[in-house]
Amino acid sequence: MAAKRKTPVKTRNPDLIRGVGKYSRSKMYHKRGLWAIKAKHGGVFPRHDPKPKAPVAPEKAPKFYPAEDVKKPLLNKRKPKPTKLRASITPGTVLILLAGRFMGKRVVFLKQLTSGLLLVTGPFKINGVPLRRVNQSYVIATSTKVDISGVNVEKYDDKYFAKEVEKKKKGGGEFFEAEKEDKKTLPDEKKENQKAVDASLIKSIEGVADLKAYLAARFSLKSGMKPHELVF
Amino acid sequence: MPFKRYVEIGRVALVNYGKDYGKLVVIVDVVDQNRALVDAPDMVRGQMNFKRLTLTDITIDIPRVPKKKTLIEAMEKADVKNKWESSSWGRKLIVQKRRASLNDFDRFKLMLAKIKRSGVIKQELAKLKKENASSI
Repeated sequence: MAAKRKTPVKTRNPDLIRGVGKYSRSKMYHKRGLWAIKAKHGGVFPRHDPKPKAPVAPEKAPKFYPAEDVKKPLLNKRKPKPTKLRASITPGTVLILLAGRFMGKRVVFLKQLTSGLLLVTGPFKINGVPLRRVNQSYVIATSTKVDISGVNVEKYDDKYFAKEVEKKKKGGGEFFEAEKEDKKTLPDEKKENQKAVDASLIKSIEGVADLKAYLAARFSLKSGMKPHELVF
Repeated sequence: MPFKRYVEIGRVALVNYGKDYGKLVVIVDVVDQNRALVDAPDMVRGQMNFKRLTLTDITIDIPRVPKKKTLIEAMEKADVKNKWESSSWGRKLIVQKRRASLNDFDRFKLMLAKIKRSGVIKQELAKLKKENASSI
């Protein structure tokens, strides 16, 4: 295939009706400047010889043919679209977690990661929720916003949250011998990161009356509260 | 017990069903046994079934089917808006609307305020109880 152009060409032949252009073949020949290209190359249209192909190794006959013809699955070139963030969720929004260990906790939204998950923090000192990823579907967005300008979340991405891969030892007999060494402790670096993110957040939270107590409390449905009528 | 609120030209009513739910309208004419011609400053004059209206205590002085301008002047003269918002019915509706529009954070602050208030009340009550008990 010829090299792709950097900007796709706007056609010089506007449509009068679908299927009928304004200019005839000869007019278009002139408009596209094919006469100039021919003149530049001495009356002939430039021809590029095909590039010499690398020598292909001769294919060997396969060792095994299946008894019946094996069907090849159809080609699937589908690329999933990037997760759309709800309009009500902006950096600094207070979210209510609906599932998991921190169900009901009110939490501050920091940013959306490339995987589509939301990066969220308690802050840890206030309600015990660390820097964590959460799915948009398991979250209610409230209209309360926290000032998040002092926080730098550039360096947090999905790789930061990847599980550590344990090296597996070969040897089935060692099943009942040594159990796992210790409980996995959180590396100091992650604790420092948590403190760094939470420092300016806590300052801006303490600037608003009752917001700290609000984030420390859990949300629950009480008698008479109808979720479809509540304004969050 | 006799009726106190009558359907008459100039009676202000509250719409309790339909597209204009919650609006205050004025009855400007009676179409037949079941329907009235109804008008308000911010809507096109139209008919409504009486079943969709709840009569209020407020009436204004208008001729039958007044022009919009006359209607608005008469409503200003009778001060319908302020009379409504200061009446206990009107105040209740305003409070209901405010409660329904509360944010999650607002509801939390409300809870704190209620607890604080009841704390103060209980303190006073305990004081009074103690005085009473000691005086017996």
